[in-house]
Amino acid sequence: MKKLISFVVDYWVYVLKGGLKFYAWLGFLCIFVIGWTYGNFMQLSEGMIVTGLTDQVSWGLYLANFVFLVGVAAGAVTIVFPAYVYKHEALHEVTVLGEMLAIAAVVMCMLFVLNHMGRPDRLWHMLPLIGIYNFPGSMLAWDVIVLCGYLVLNIVGGFYYLYKKYAQEPVNKSFYLPVIYIAIVWALSIHTVTAFLINTMPARPMWHHGMMPIRFITTAFAAGPALIIIVFTIVRNNTKFWIEDKAIDLLSQIVVWCLGIALFLTMSEIVTEFYHPTEHSLGLQYLIFGHNGLSALVPWFWFSIIALVSSFILLLIPSIRKDHKKLPYICALTFAGIWVEKGMGLIIPGSIPTPIGEFTQYTPSLIEILNSLGNWAIGFIVLTLLLKGAIGILLGEVKYANE
Amino acid sequence: MTDHKLPIVYDNEKAAPDDDKAAPDSMSRRGFVKKVGDVSATSLLGTAALMTNTDDAEANTEWAEWFQGNYRLMSQEEKAAAVARLERRYSAEYDKKVTVDSTPAEKGVLFGYALNIQKCIGCRRCAKACVEENNQSRGDQEIEWIRVLKMEKGDFDASKMPDGYPDSYGIQVGGNAYSASGVVLEGEHYYEPEKVPEEDAFYMPIQCMQCEKPPCVKVCPVRTTYREPDGIVVVDYNWCIGCRMCIGACPYWARRFNWGEPKLPKKDMNPKTHYLGNRPRMKGVVEKCTFCVQRTRKGRYPACVEVCPVGARKFGNLLDPDSEVRRVLATKKVFRLKAEANTYPKFFYYMD
Repeated sequence: MKKLISFVVDYWVYVLKGGLKFYAWLGFLCIFVIGWTYGNFMQLSEGMIVTGLTDQVSWGLYLANFVFLVGVAAGAVTIVFPAYVYKHEALHEVTVLGEMLAIAAVVMCMLFVLNHMGRPDRLWHMLPLIGIYNFPGSMLAWDVIVLCGYLVLNIVGGFYYLYKKYAQEPVNKSFYLPVIYIAIVWALSIHTVTAFLINTMPARPMWHHGMMPIRFITTAFAAGPALIIIVFTIVRNNTKFWIEDKAIDLLSQIVVWCLGIALFLTMSEIVTEFYHPTEHSLGLQYLIFGHNGLSALVPWFWFSIIALVSSFILLLIPSIRKDHKKLPYICALTFAGIWVEKGMGLIIPGSIPTPIGEFTQYTPSLIEILNSLGNWAIGFIVLTLLLKGAIGILLGEVKYANE
Repeated sequence: MTDHKLPIVYDNEKAAPDDDKAAPDSMSRRGFVKKVGDVSATSLLGTAALMTNTDDAEANTEWAEWFQGNYRLMSQEEKAAAVARLERRYSAEYDKKVTVDSTPAEKGVLFGYALNIQKCIGCRRCAKACVEENNQSRGDQEIEWIRVLKMEKGDFDASKMPDGYPDSYGIQVGGNAYSASGVVLEGEHYYEPEKVPEEDAFYMPIQCMQCEKPPCVKVCPVRTTYREPDGIVVVDYNWCIGCRMCIGACPYWARRFNWGEPKLPKKDMNPKTHYLGNRPRMKGVVEKCTFCVQRTRKGRYPACVEVCPVGARKFGNLLDPDSEVRRVLATKKVFRLKAEANTYPKFFYYMD
C-alpha cells in the first residue's frame, strides 16, 4: 500500500514538473480550453441551437471527430500487436506509450460525445441498474460498452505495467498478458462497432454498405500509427528517451499498406456508386462534385484525396519512408487526409440529401469549432501528461526508493 | 370549409373511451384514469404542500422530474405523481389550467392512417393545425411534424429533346429533360404558391408513418422512444438524451429536434395534453407525430384529419373491419411510401 501511495505521489510530482518548453506547450493548449469553456457554457445554456446543425443535418463536426478519434484509439494496437504477437523488440519497449495514446484518444471521444448530446445531464439514463439500456438492440449501446471497456483495459494494462516498472518488480504475466491480448481484440471491436453505428441505417444509403467496418479499420491503422510516428519523433527530439528506428520503420510500413488498402476501398466505392448512379449515390455525388451549386464539401474531399494519394506514393519510396526527418510531415498529411475523409467527408454527406431528398448544406458554427478545438487541446494535455509520466518511469527517473 | 362534423371513429364501438359509454370490461383501467384525474385535480396544492424544502415549486418540480424514471417502467403511482408534477409546472408556466392525460392504449385498437394523394390540394392546413394542436415550437424555431411535398407533373416536349440526358442522345428522363417527375426525391416542401392547387403539380404529405418495425425505436440507446400497444411510436421527452440516432435511422425524415428552448407563447398553448403526446417539450429532445394521442385515445380524430378541407385524410382502428381506414384498404388502390425500407408503415397512401 505504501508503495502504491508513493507511486501516485512520485508520478504526479514528476508529471507536473517540467521545463519552460513543457509549460509553454501546456499554456498554448490552455488557450483553446478557454474558448472551450465559453463554447460549452453557451451550448449548455442555449442548447444545440448555437451549433450549425439542423433537422436535415443533425450529425456534424462533433460526431465526425468522434468517429475519427475512435480510429486513433484503435490505432494504438499497431504498437501492441507487433510487440506481443510478433515479438517486435523495439515496439515492445514502447508498448505502454501506445496505451497512453489510446487513453487520451478515448478521453477525446468521450468529450465529443458529450458535446454531441442534446441532454448531457441525462447521460445517467444509460447507466445499468439506475437507467435502462437498449442492449443488444442499439448500436450506440454497444459502442458505449466497447469504448468504456477499451478505456478500462488501457488504464489497467498501462498503469499496471508502469507501477511494476516503478516498483522494479517483474510483471505478473498471467495477469498482464491476458489484458494485453484482450485489448488487441478489443481495439478492433471499438472501430467495428463505430462503423456499425452508422452503416446499420438503411435510411442513410451512403453509409449503408458492408465495406464500412474494414474501411474504418484500414484508415484507423493508417491515421493511428501516423500520429504515433509524429509523437515518437517529438519524444525522441525532446526527451532523453530514445525510440529505435526499427520501431518507427515498422509503423511507417503499417501506415503505407493500410493507406493503400483504404484508397483501394475508396476507389471500389466510387466505381460501384458511379457506374450506374442511383438515388442512393447522391450523397457521394454531393461530396465529390457538389449538387446544383451546393458544393461546401467538394474542396474537403479533393484535399483528402490529394493528401492521401500523395502521402501513399511518397511513403512507397523507401528512401523517403526511412528518412526520419521527412517522415513526420508526410504522416501529418496522412493524418489530416484521413481526418477529412472519415470526418467531414463521411459523416456530413451521409445526411445529405435527407431521406426525402432535400439538400441542406452544413457549416459548423464558431461554438462548434471552439468546442472541437478545446476537446483536442484537452486530449493533447492528457496525452502530454500521460506520456511524460510513462517516459519518466521507463527512463528510471521515477522509481521506488526503498529506504 | 372547416365544417368537419365527420363521424368520430368510435361511434359504432362498444368500448368507446368516452367515460359515459365505458364498457364493463374496461372498468378497471377507467378506474385508474379517474384516480389519476383526481390526483391531478388536487395536485395543484397537494403535491406542492408535500414539498417543503423550498418555496420555489417550479424548481422543485424540475428537480423531481430530473430524477424520474423511464415512463414505461414507472409504477402507476409514479406515473400519477409525474403527471401531477407536470400539470402543476405547466399550469404555472402557461398561466392556465393544463391537464396532462395518461390514458393508456385501448385493447383491440391498432391505429392506422390513409391519405388520398389524388384529393390532396397542398393547402397545408394539416401542418398548421398540427402545430396548433401539438404545442410545437413557434416563430423562428417553428417545428412542423407534417411536411407537404410538391411534385412537379412534368411533360415531354419535342423542343426540349436536345436538352435531354445524356446530352448527345436527347433521351428524356421521366418528364421534362432534367426534371424527372413523380420521384419522391424530386419533391420539395418549401413551395409558396399564390393559391393551391397549382396546375402543374400534385402533392404528397409526409409525417411519421408509425411503422410496425420502426428503425428509430431499434437504435434508441435508452429506450425512450417505443411503440405503444395501439401502434403509436411515442417519445418519453423526459428520458430522451438527445443523441439523435433516431433522426438518423428514420427513412421518412419524420423526427424533429428541439435545438433551442422551444418557443411556445402562453396564449397559443393547447392545455389539453397527453404525457406521450403534445405536452410542452424541453430543449435537447426529439419529438414527432403521435397520431394526436391525446385526441385519438379519447375517440377523436387527429387534428390533421379534422381540418382537411377535401377529406383526403382518413383515420381509424385497423383491427376494426368497419373502420374507415379498413374500408380504404379494402376498396382503394393503396401503397406505402418506401416499402423497400421494410418498416411496415401504418400510414397508407391511396387513390380513388
